[in-house]
Amino acid sequence: MTGSGSAGTQSVPSAAIRVENLVKRYGGRPVVDDLDLSVRRGEILALLGPNGAGKTTTVEIIEGHREPDGGTVSVLGLDPRRDGARLRPRMGTMLQHAELYSQIRVREAVELFAAFYPRPMETRELLARVGLGALGGRRYRTLSAGERQRLDLAVAIVGRPEVVILDEPTASMDAAGRRVAWDLLRSLRLEGACVLLTTHLLAEAEELADRVAIIDKGRLVALGTPAELRTTDIDDETTVVTTGKPGVAAGSDAAGLAARSPRNRRGKREVRLELTAPLDAGREARLARLDGVVRVRTVRPGVYVIATDAPGALLMELSGWLWALGIEPLGIQLGHASLEDVFLRLIGEGDRR
Amino acid sequence: MSGQVDRTGQAPVSAQADRAARRPRSPDGGLLPAGHWVGPGVWRALVAQTRIELLLASRRYESLLVTLGVPLFLLIALVIVPIVPGRDGARSIDRLVPGILAAALMSTGLVSLGIATAFERSFGVLKRLLGSPLPRWALVTAKTVAVLLTVMLQVLLISVVGGLLGWAPPGGVLGAVAAVSPWLVLGTIAFAGMGLVLAGSLRFEAVLAAANGLFVVFVLLGGVVVPLDQLPSLLATPVSLLPPALLTELLRGALEPGRRIDPIQAAVLAAWAIGLAAAAVLSFRSPET
Repeated sequence: MTGSGSAGTQSVPSAAIRVENLVKRYGGRPVVDDLDLSVRRGEILALLGPNGAGKTTTVEIIEGHREPDGGTVSVLGLDPRRDGARLRPRMGTMLQHAELYSQIRVREAVELFAAFYPRPMETRELLARVGLGALGGRRYRTLSAGERQRLDLAVAIVGRPEVVILDEPTASMDAAGRRVAWDLLRSLRLEGACVLLTTHLLAEAEELADRVAIIDKGRLVALGTPAELRTTDIDDETTVVTTGKPGVAAGSDAAGLAARSPRNRRGKREVRLELTAPLDAGREARLARLDGVVRVRTVRPGVYVIATDAPGALLMELSGWLWALGIEPLGIQLGHASLEDVFLRLIGEGDRR
Repeated sequence: MSGQVDRTGQAPVSAQADRAARRPRSPDGGLLPAGHWVGPGVWRALVAQTRIELLLASRRYESLLVTLGVPLFLLIALVIVPIVPGRDGARSIDRLVPGILAAALMSTGLVSLGIATAFERSFGVLKRLLGSPLPRWALVTAKTVAVLLTVMLQVLLISVVGGLLGWAPPGGVLGAVAAVSPWLVLGTIAFAGMGLVLAGSLRFEAVLAAANGLFVVFVLLGGVVVPLDQLPSLLATPVSLLPPALLTELLRGALEPGRRIDPIQAAVLAAWAIGLAAAAVLSFRSPET
């Protein structure tokens, strides 16, 4: 029995997708290696990872297209392989390398899939929402890659799914298409759907996802909200996981600890200071001793990136100091590590072979 | 009943769990539809899928031209070059038409459908459909029905052209069509099933080769041109139990003057039809690498 809320799981109680200790091997080589993951209702989770990390395999197991070698997968309390017939009416999927009939018209494709679900969306309205309103009569074969993805998305959600699983849904879309897709997914989330998507676009994950899971070599290396991941100091040997599992610090706590511990005084925030002329050596040394400064890095003469753990105090200090010196700054910008920085640090170019 | 709850949307969670608990568990891999996909919902899906299969078949002009044209060409050619002699009171044309009908059916069910479906599979269309609530058996049924309608069109054309060439079956052309209908239906299920099994289990290139190769072998050994009793007896016995020979024999039994239907042949063809259709459903499993 794979009933929901079964004993022994520490996952989120309202999880619509629950993956535990998932293992999948291709020819003895593990592609998914003891993966735990859960996605709640009303949540968008973005699955990130380098090529070959096991994203598509994971997603296809959750969809019921592949049999896991170990672990359990439950979607809406159902086993995707055994209970597929009951699950599929409640699930919408978008595969990475699956086309539609080459001679089917756009409108016909949506109407076809609409007929498979108990209470589908209205075809014309849906086509308008994905920006294909004017292309209803076009054959699939004649669509561009981005248009095909828009149609594919429409087909995936036409049945008002409770669970939506999308494998690189916007990879071929233009910027406008991406906006359309994001808006659609947000509105699905608002209606309580659970959305799991894979992507290589870190901006997409940052913009859209409630939580981001980063996997590498089939293992989970980080999980948290985009903000948590960006503001947490990540040492190479540290894994940031916020599953709520006992023994693993939640992301926000980890961030707090990192900020206080001297070992990790790397600074979570950065201030980029741009001047018209470089500071002389004495002033540069003084800059490094300003309140709240952890470290100063000279990007190029006149441009400094100041790592800080007290951005508010630093901005006060810095502007006062510059004003006293009579220096008009060209720019002062407060920010922190982008998700891309975090991703690259976790996946580490050196790790790859 | 359970479909009703779904149509109105969110049933309370407890009611859903209740429903799930009461519903008999049928393994997804089974041949029978599971869960609430029996009833009006699945009927609607089946109709939609059948409609689209027909529409798409009508858009495969080249393929349609071949499936409709080749049997007619064969008929006319064999009338002009009389390889098949008249015998036992049956004229040459009377003995030709049943074989041509069988060949037409095989080219539509095995070759056309097999290749078209293999094409869809290689582009992931099947995977997309099988990830939807459309049951596998409904997909096989829709494709088979589409073949059946194409076969009806072929029968119409062959009857008309045959009539023009002097074909005069005992009960008139309409009576003849009625007499062959049950065997054409059984044959369609069997050969569509065969085409789908190939498409569901082999690579696209292999399906192309296998479907065409089998078609040629079936036309030569299936009693289409060369009557079965002219084959060496060592070959004739096993061949007579295969779908092509069974189909042509049954069609001859229904059409040729002085012959009747062999119920054993009918039963064996029915068994092939059921077996091949079931195998087709099973071959449409999601790919496991």
